[in-house]
Amino acid sequence: MARTMWDSTVGKKTVMAVSGLIMLLYLVAHMIGNLKIYFGAGEFNHYAHWLRTVGEPFMHYEWTLWLIRIVLVVAVVAHATSAYQLSRRDIKARPSKYVHARPRSSYATRTMRWGGVILGLFIVWHLLDLTTGTVHSGGFQEGHPYQNVVDTFSTWYGDVVYIVAMLALGLHIRHGFWSAAQTLGVGSRARDRALKTVANVLALLLTAGFIAVPVGVMTGVVS
Amino acid sequence: MKLTLRVWRQKNAGAEGAMSTYEVDGISSDMSFLEMLDVLNERLILAGEDPVAFDHDCREGICGACSLVINGDAHGPERTTTCQLHMRSFQDGDTIDIEPWRASAFPVIKDLVVDRSAFDRIIQAGGYVTAPTGSAPEAHATPVPKADADFAFEHAECIGCGACVAACPNGAAMLFTSAKVNHLNVLPQGAPERETRVLDMVAQMDAEGFGGCTLTGECATACPKGIPLVSITGMNKEWLRAARKVGKR
Amino acid sequence: MTDYVNYPTGAPVTDAKAPSGPVHERWDKRRFEAKLVNPANRRKHTIIVVGTGLAGGSAGATLAEQGYHVVQFCYQDSPRRAHSIAAQGGINAAKNYRNDGDSIHRLFYDTVKGGDFRARESNVHRLAQISVEIIDQCVAQGVPFAREYGGLLDTRSFGGVQVSRTFYARGQTGQQLLLGAYQALSRQIAAGNVEMHPRTEMLDLIVVDGRARGIVARDLVTGRVDTYFADAVVLASGGYGNVFYLSTNAMNSNATAVWRAHRRGAYFANPCFTQIHPTCIPRTGDHQSKLTLMSESLRNDGRIWVPKAKGDNRPPNQIPEGERDYYLERIYPSFGNLVPRDIASRAAKNVCDEGRGVGPGGQGVYLDFADAIQRMGRKAVEAKYGNLFDMYQRITDEDPYEVPMRIYPAVHYTMGGLWVDYDLQTTIPGLFAIGEANFSDHGANRLGASALMQGLADGYFVLPATINDYLARNPRQEPVTTEHPDVQKVLAETEDRLNLLLSVDGDRTPDSFHREVGELMWEFCGMARTDAGLRKALERIPQIREEFWRRIKVPGTGEEFNQSLEKANRIVDYLELAELMCLDALHRAESCGGHFREESQTPDGEAARRDDAFGYAAAWEFTGTGEAPVLHKEDLVFEYVHPTQRSYA
Repeated sequence: MARTMWDSTVGKKTVMAVSGLIMLLYLVAHMIGNLKIYFGAGEFNHYAHWLRTVGEPFMHYEWTLWLIRIVLVVAVVAHATSAYQLSRRDIKARPSKYVHARPRSSYATRTMRWGGVILGLFIVWHLLDLTTGTVHSGGFQEGHPYQNVVDTFSTWYGDVVYIVAMLALGLHIRHGFWSAAQTLGVGSRARDRALKTVANVLALLLTAGFIAVPVGVMTGVVS
Repeated sequence: MKLTLRVWRQKNAGAEGAMSTYEVDGISSDMSFLEMLDVLNERLILAGEDPVAFDHDCREGICGACSLVINGDAHGPERTTTCQLHMRSFQDGDTIDIEPWRASAFPVIKDLVVDRSAFDRIIQAGGYVTAPTGSAPEAHATPVPKADADFAFEHAECIGCGACVAACPNGAAMLFTSAKVNHLNVLPQGAPERETRVLDMVAQMDAEGFGGCTLTGECATACPKGIPLVSITGMNKEWLRAARKVGKR
Repeated sequence: MTDYVNYPTGAPVTDAKAPSGPVHERWDKRRFEAKLVNPANRRKHTIIVVGTGLAGGSAGATLAEQGYHVVQFCYQDSPRRAHSIAAQGGINAAKNYRNDGDSIHRLFYDTVKGGDFRARESNVHRLAQISVEIIDQCVAQGVPFAREYGGLLDTRSFGGVQVSRTFYARGQTGQQLLLGAYQALSRQIAAGNVEMHPRTEMLDLIVVDGRARGIVARDLVTGRVDTYFADAVVLASGGYGNVFYLSTNAMNSNATAVWRAHRRGAYFANPCFTQIHPTCIPRTGDHQSKLTLMSESLRNDGRIWVPKAKGDNRPPNQIPEGERDYYLERIYPSFGNLVPRDIASRAAKNVCDEGRGVGPGGQGVYLDFADAIQRMGRKAVEAKYGNLFDMYQRITDEDPYEVPMRIYPAVHYTMGGLWVDYDLQTTIPGLFAIGEANFSDHGANRLGASALMQGLADGYFVLPATINDYLARNPRQEPVTTEHPDVQKVLAETEDRLNLLLSVDGDRTPDSFHREVGELMWEFCGMARTDAGLRKALERIPQIREEFWRRIKVPGTGEEFNQSLEKANRIVDYLELAELMCLDALHRAESCGGHFREESQTPDGEAARRDDAFGYAAAWEFTGTGEAPVLHKEDLVFEYVHPTQRSYA
C-alpha cells in the first residue's frame, strides 16, 4: 500500500494532506502557547520548561518534545518532497504556456508553491534563531525564551521576516486545509461552504495569533 | 462584423508553431465560432494557402471533438463547447486569439488539432463494466435508487473533449478520470470492479504524463458539461478506499 | 442523362437466409441452422469493422469477446465520437414495463406500419424480439437510464406510437448508449482483441475472388494510404444524409465506405428513402454549416402551430388563440402532435408553402410550450426538457420559456443503404453492413427511438450470430497480401483519385460543390419530389460532377493531415450517390414513408402508396460512373401485418 501511495499522484497528494494536517495541529498548539507571552516572562518561560517535561515520569526529560520534533521533521520532509515532485510533474505536464495569458491565473497553485518555499526558508531561520540560537540577534540565552523572543522582534528584519512568513502561512492554510479535505475525500457539495469557512477561520486565527507576538513586542506590551 | 484572428499555426507535431494574423469580414452574429472559421478557411483555400486545421464533427455540442482555446479560455468565453459558441459573444473589431489545447499529454498534430488518445487509454485501463454481450440479467433485477442513477448520469455526461486538461495549469486529467470513476462506481453494476477501476485508471492517468491536481478549480469552470470539482473529491475518496482495501488483500 | 434513366431491370434478389415458418420462430431457427466456429479457431479469423458507432462499437466489442481478432477503424480521433452520440430521444424496447398493452408483436407491428410497408417482416420481428435484450445489456454496462423513485427504469412515449416503450437518459440517450458500447470496446482494445485505428478512413473495399477480403484506408494524420486484410469486412459507417449538405449528421459523416462497396459490387437498396426530421432548428443564413435537431420528445408536450393568415408577421405572443392553426391537431385528431416524422415534416412544409411559415424566410413553424408550462409548471418543463431548451436558446438567442420555439424539418436519417440479407450480408460474400449503413429494418420511414435499437440489435446480437455462419462455411481462405494484383489495382485507383484531386488546382473549394449538390438535392429530392424535378436534378448532377473535376481546388499534399482532401474525396462519392438517389426516387412513382411523390397522393393530400406496383425493395447494381445501374427487385411479402393505407387521423 505504501508503494501504491507514493507512486500515484493521488497518493502523494494524500501524503501532503496528512502531513499538512499534522503540521496544522501542531501550529494550533504552538500559536496558543505563544500567546502566553502576554502573561509575562515567568509564565512563558515556565510553559517552555514544561514542554520539556511533558509525560514525566513515564517519559524522560525532553523525550516527548523530541518525539514531536521527529514527527514534525518527517511531516515537513514528506510534505516538501511530495510537493517538489508533484510540482515538477505538473510543470512538465504543461510545458508551453498559452500565448493569450488570462488575467485570472492560478492563484491557488502559485500561492501554494511560492508560499511553501517561503515557509520552508522561514522554518530554517526560525529554528536557527529561536531554537539553536545560531543566528540570534543579541545573545541567545538557553532556557530564557521570553527574552529571546523579545530580542528577535526588537529588530526590524526579525519583524518583517516573521510577519511576511505568517501571511504566507495564512494563505497556505486557507487553500491547504480545504484542499486536504478534498484530497482525503471528505469534501462534498453540501460540506463545501462549511469547509471553506473553517479554512478561512483557521487561517485567520493562526495568522493573527502568531503575528500578535511581534506586534506585542513592537508596541511595547511585551518587553 | 469584422474581426482580427490570431491563430496558432503549426505544420505538424515536430514543427515549431507560431501565431499568424488574419482578418475576416462579413461575419454574422448568428454564426457559430466554427462557421466563422469556415469562412476564413474558404478564403484561404482560394488564396492558395493552407486552411486552418481544427477538430470538429457533430457541431451540436455532444461529440467532444472541437477543442479551441479562445482568448485563453478553453471553448471560449461561454460555458459550452466551441461549436456551440456563437459570434454574438464577440464585438465588431475584436481581436481573437485561437490556440490548441496545451498539455504534454495532448501533443499537437497540426495547427489546432491535438492528439487526445491518452483519454482513450485511461478508459481502456478500467472505465468500463465487464458485462460481455448476452450475459446481462433482466434490467429490473437490480433497482438503482434514483439519486444514484442521477448522480451517475451527471458524471456520465462528460464528452471527453479535454477542456479540463487544457484549462488546468498542471495539465491534469483528474476531472475527466473522476467523471468516469464516479459514474460507474456509484452503480451496483459497477461495484465488483470498484477498486481496480479507480486504481488502474489513476495509474494510467499518471503514466500518460498528466499533471496532478492542485484543486484550482479551472477544470470545472471550463467543463462544457458542468462536471463539478467535487467529482475529483469523490474519486480521491474512492482511490483511498481502494488503496486500503487492496492493501489488505 | 437519357441513358442513365433508362436503367435495365435485372434478376430479382431474394433473401435466401430468412427461414420460413412462424415469424416469431425464425430468428431461433436461423441461429440454430447457422454453423458455428469452434472457439479455438476464432482467434485465427480477422474481422474488419469500419465505424465505431452504436452498431460498429457493439459489434467490435462482441466479436472480440467471442474470440475473433477484430481490426477496427474510425475517422474520428476517438471511437467515442461516432455520431450515434448525438441521438437524443431514446431507445424502444418491448418490455411492457408500463403494462400498457405493449408486446413484441406490437413493436413489430408498429415498426412495419410506421415503415409504410416497405420493410421485411422477418427482420423487423427479430428487431422487436431483440429489443428487450438490449435494455438488459445496456443496464448491465452501467448505462444511466432515467429511473423512477422506486429505482426502476422510466419510459416515455415517442412519435408514432401509443404505448410508452421508449427508454431514455435525459436528452442524451445516444451518448449514453454509445459510451456503453465504447467502454465495452475499450475493454477489448486493452485486452488486445481489438486493434483500433482511429483517425483512419476507409477509402475502398478489397474484393478478391468475389469475396470481401479487406479495405484500403488512409491514415488521416500521416496521409499514408494502406491496405488491411481480413476474412470478413463489416461496414458500420452510418448513413448518407450529408449528401444534402445541410443535415443533422456530423460534419464528417460520409458515404464513402458504403459507396465504394457499392462500386465494388454490393447492391444499394432504396437510396431515396431519407427521413426528414420535423423538429430541427431552422437555418439562419447562408453560412449555416449544419442543422441541429431538437428531440422529438418535445412533441409530447409542445403544440405545433402557425398563424391562420398568410404573411402574419406579428410576434407569436400577439397572435390570439383564435387566429392560430394547430394544424396537426386539426388534421390528425387522434395522434395530434405525435404523428410519425414523415407526416409531421410534410405538414410543416405544406403550411410553409402556403405562405404561413414563421421566422426568417418563412421556413419555420412554432412549437409552443405555453400550455405545458401552464399545465405542468415551469419547473416540471425544465426538468423534462431543460437541456433542450438551453441548447435552443444558445443557438437562436431566444428564450423558449417565453417565446415559442421555431422548428423546421431537416434531413436526419437515411433508411436506404446497402442491401443485406437476413444475415446482414451484402451481395458481396464476406461483406456485412449493419446499423444505418444497411437498408433493412425501417422500410420507408423510421419510427422515433428505433435507430438506436437497430444499431445495437445488429451489433450486439444479430451480426455476431450470423457472421459465424459465413466464417464456418469459409474456414480456410487463401491469405491475401498487398502484392495480389486485385489489391494493387484498388490501391492504385485510390492513390490516383487522391492525386487527381490534388492536381486539378481549380478555383472552387470542396464546400462550394458540396453546398451546390446539397441544395439541388434538397430542392428536388427532399420532402416532396416530382418527376420533372427529379429529371432536372438528374440532368444537373453529371454537370456538377464534370465541373468538379475541372474546377476543384484542394490545397496541400496527400502526405499530411489535410482536411480539404478528406472533404473533397467524400464529395466525389456524394456526386455519384446523389444521382442514384434521384433515379431511385424517380423510378418509385408512388408515395411511401419518407418518399413523397406529388403525383401520388390522395385527394386530401396524403401519401398514396401503390403496393401492387412498388411493393418491393429496390436494390441497385453499379455499372459505372454515370452509367445506368441495374435494378433488382426484392418482393416484400406481408403475412402478419397487412398493408393498409396508414391512418393517423
